[in-house]
Amino acid sequence: MIEVKNLYKSFGEKEVLKDISTIFEDGKTNLIIGQSGSGKTVLIKNLVGLFEPTSGQILYDGRDFVHMSKEEKVMMRREMGMIFQSAALFDSLTVLENVMFPLDMFSSMTYRERKQRAMDCLDRVNLVGAENKYPGEISGGMQKRVAIARAISLNPKYLFCDEPNSGLDPKTSLIIDDLLHSITQEFNMTTIINTHDMNSVMGIGENIIFIYEGHKEWQGVSGDIMHSTNKKLTDFIFASDLLKDMRAAILKNE
Amino acid sequence: MFWKQYIKEMEQLGVNSIGIVLLISFFIGAVICIQMKLNIESPWMPRWVAGFTTREIMLLEFSSSIMCLILAGKVGSNIASELGTMRVTQQIDALDIMGINSASYLILPKILGMLTIMPFLVIFSSAMGIGGAYGTAYIGHIMTPDDLTLGLQHDFIPWYLWMSIIKSQFFAFIISSVPAYYGYTVEGGSVNVGKASTDAVVSSSILILFSDVFLTQLLS
Repeated sequence: MIEVKNLYKSFGEKEVLKDISTIFEDGKTNLIIGQSGSGKTVLIKNLVGLFEPTSGQILYDGRDFVHMSKEEKVMMRREMGMIFQSAALFDSLTVLENVMFPLDMFSSMTYRERKQRAMDCLDRVNLVGAENKYPGEISGGMQKRVAIARAISLNPKYLFCDEPNSGLDPKTSLIIDDLLHSITQEFNMTTIINTHDMNSVMGIGENIIFIYEGHKEWQGVSGDIMHSTNKKLTDFIFASDLLKDMRAAILKNE
Repeated sequence: MFWKQYIKEMEQLGVNSIGIVLLISFFIGAVICIQMKLNIESPWMPRWVAGFTTREIMLLEFSSSIMCLILAGKVGSNIASELGTMRVTQQIDALDIMGINSASYLILPKILGMLTIMPFLVIFSSAMGIGGAYGTAYIGHIMTPDDLTLGLQHDFIPWYLWMSIIKSQFFAFIISSVPAYYGYTVEGGSVNVGKASTDAVVSSSILILFSDVFLTQLLS
């Protein structure tokens, strides 16, 4: 479980995150949603330590991440996995080497065991057969799946995903969503996904935090969204006429 | 993992530069020899002068300083653009998230690899320059090979070889660390990576030229 308490983040005079307090639960796909520029990525970068919060606390199962020493943060990060918007695979390494990389760095397994573990992870994301290809030779969806395989190779307790569906077609997005959801349950991880994909919100949103202009505007589950009276949330979720009509029709039928 | 990176960087930055170093050194050695022979030749000058000056120029300046200036362009832009691209595509962030000291993992092997391979490049360059000079003697018949050999062996001071290697170690550090700094600290996109690469080459070239003056004064 990750608990965020009164988190603020400013860049110079500009306050990007304002008093964010929330809980990201174990074994659930926690979604952070909001418009572009609302502060979602800044929030996730604060959670993983790529940015230092201006004030506030981030507690990983009670451990205060913000005030940890550099060495403690390094150890803590070994319990984290992250999937970047761009996948961030290492260009010079093959798919298999990318997945083996965290194992090479941190595990005491033999080469044969590391390779087997990496192949198991690739099998989990249905990428067996692509292990000898380079990131530049595979599609965007496959790159995202390699990034997932790499992120789970060390069995992390916390998984962070920064817009994992960006640039993917709807069908591939659904595959990625299902994969993240099933992996979260399988390994009982605390998964935090930063997204503005509405299919993800309605499909796998077990705990949704809506960020609006840097503050937490709303929190709930996907089932609550349909009946929410929060205008900022409904304006964001049901932005298109088609979705507005669908919502009106569903509410009318109820 | 560190040793694997170290060997890889030595190959990528050093071994892959041997071709261009040998090629340039051969022709510069030949040209220096021709110029010396044609421009200094006089009845008052000993016949070994062209060989002697070719050796001194190659050893004292070209193989250490000028060759490092050339490598600042090749290796420097390579390092800055590689690290810059890794930065803008979040590969460095990915390393940090994994709990890896990205600067140490990415930059240290480059610096140590360059420091290790540089003396070999200096020696290869000097040898190839002398090979170029022999080329002018055997193929171009500018002078007799015996005269050239006489000049190359005349009044040889072994310290000059060490001086050349010591200077090249300083330059190797500049060539690898300055572009690494520019690449690692890039912010933005591909335009910024290109700018960082150019700035890295310009800065390291200027630093090499300045430090060459001081090192030559200090070591002579």
